[in-house]
Amino acid sequence: MQYQKIVSDFLSNQTERNLYIGQNFIRQLIQKKVAPEEVINIHKYAMEQLYPDLPEYISHSYDFLIEIMVHFGLTLKEHQSLLEQQEELRMEMNVATKIQNMILRTKIPQLKDIDIGMVSIPIRKMNGDYVHFLGDKSHVSVAVTDVVGKGVPAALCMSMVKYGLDTLECSTNAPSHILEVLNRIIEKSVDDSMFVSMFYGTYNVENGKFTYGSAGHEPALYYNSGKETFFDLESKGLLLGVMPEVKYPQYEIQLQDNDFIVMITDGATDFRKQGELDPRDVIKNIALSCRHLPAQEMCEKMYAYLKKLPDFDLEDDFTVVIFKK
Amino acid sequence: MNTKSTVEIITEWDIVAARQLGRNEAKEIGFGAVDQARITTAISELARNIYLYARAGEVAIERISEGGRVGIRITAADKGPGINNIKKVMEDGYSTSGGLGAGLPGVKRLMDTMDIQSSIEKGTIIIIEKWV
Ligand SMILES: Nc1ncnc2c1ncn2[C@@H]1O[C@H](COP(=O)(O)OP(=O)(O)OP(=O)(O)O)[C@@H](O)[C@H]1O
Ligand SMILES: [Mg+2]
Repeated sequence: MQYQKIVSDFLSNQTERNLYIGQNFIRQLIQKKVAPEEVINIHKYAMEQLYPDLPEYISHSYDFLIEIMVHFGLTLKEHQSLLEQQEELRMEMNVATKIQNMILRTKIPQLKDIDIGMVSIPIRKMNGDYVHFLGDKSHVSVAVTDVVGKGVPAALCMSMVKYGLDTLECSTNAPSHILEVLNRIIEKSVDDSMFVSMFYGTYNVENGKFTYGSAGHEPALYYNSGKETFFDLESKGLLLGVMPEVKYPQYEIQLQDNDFIVMITDGATDFRKQGELDPRDVIKNIALSCRHLPAQEMCEKMYAYLKKLPDFDLEDDFTVVIFKK
Repeated sequence: MNTKSTVEIITEWDIVAARQLGRNEAKEIGFGAVDQARITTAISELARNIYLYARAGEVAIERISEGGRVGIRITAADKGPGINNIKKVMEDGYSTSGGLGAGLPGVKRLMDTMDIQSSIEKGTIIIIEKWV
């Protein structure tokens, strides 16, 4: 027997080489899933063969070890089966993530009258932010959402938001109506610990008016190029899913050429103050410095800049959408 | 020689008696040292569960044979509170000792077959078998 020879070599000559050979042998046993108690037994047998008059107490000590090692063997088996289960879960998760990403794939509308850009970077495989565009000949609407909560529950909630928005598409574009209906859906069907913040805006291609409402979302930034000033598009409204029957006000602004609107999730402002500036001012400054660029490039510049800030929170999903006339 | 020997489990020392009985029988049937240790460990787990959760019960040990094969069957029975959710207790990592590998899932691994019947307030019967 191979083990017997390895032990006997070592007993007559305690070299590192013989130890190494022993370890290689054990590796084979582990691969064949030989339990630890079995290994002790193999050792006991080898010793008894090598030393026919091995003292009894040595043999008994191996029996004792076998008994004890049964528990190690069980722990090992449990560990192995948990690893297998984990691998199964991981694979399921990957499939789910793929499906999720497919469901939530967003295409940025390409329009003559309004230039639209977007960057949305998930921190994990599943994005906690979601941007939904919809539109017809006369309108283009955008919903920027952030699910409070992470992981699978958040992802499921996100799909619900998406289907809600898809269903509402054909009815009306009024932000207050859309937010109201979504709130009702989410409040009814989602766990109490899950909330969604949403900024919803719709741009009328024909008259250049932008109508918006918000459910507890970070206010969008509106740059009025005529006045060369930023305005916060603030709107009071509870997070979606907190309470039934919430009313959401909506507001309207008139966009002029070169005006733009920056919509963000709080992942974009979750860094500490930069000296004198607060995060929103930092974003304003970047936007201002690249306002001559197309909307998509503005978004990319903004992300590239923020990502480099030492205090930038890489633990949150990041999303920025820009509408530029 | 198909007699059934039974140990009543009332005190903690009865667990030891059940182990002893199981080991003797396993040895006689022809199990090797490692399997003896495994069978004894399984008996120990079942007897300990009776002692801890049902207060009292019994462990019966018998030799079984079928088509030239021989083996051992252990029947652990009690009239205790019953196991609430059998599926749950058979999951790894559920036992109170939390990831020490033993418990009922461990018993299942140590043996060839395991059957649990339990009803709330009526009691639990667990039958395990292992073949040489
Ligand atoms: N005979 C029994 N009667 C009633 N409940 C039982 C019985 N045997 C087990 N249980 C229940 O099943 C659970 C799981 O038992 P198991 O032996 O797997 O783990 P444990 O006893 O909790 O921890 P350990 O790993 O120390 O054995 C127990 O916590 C107990 O609630
Ligand atoms: Mg137990």
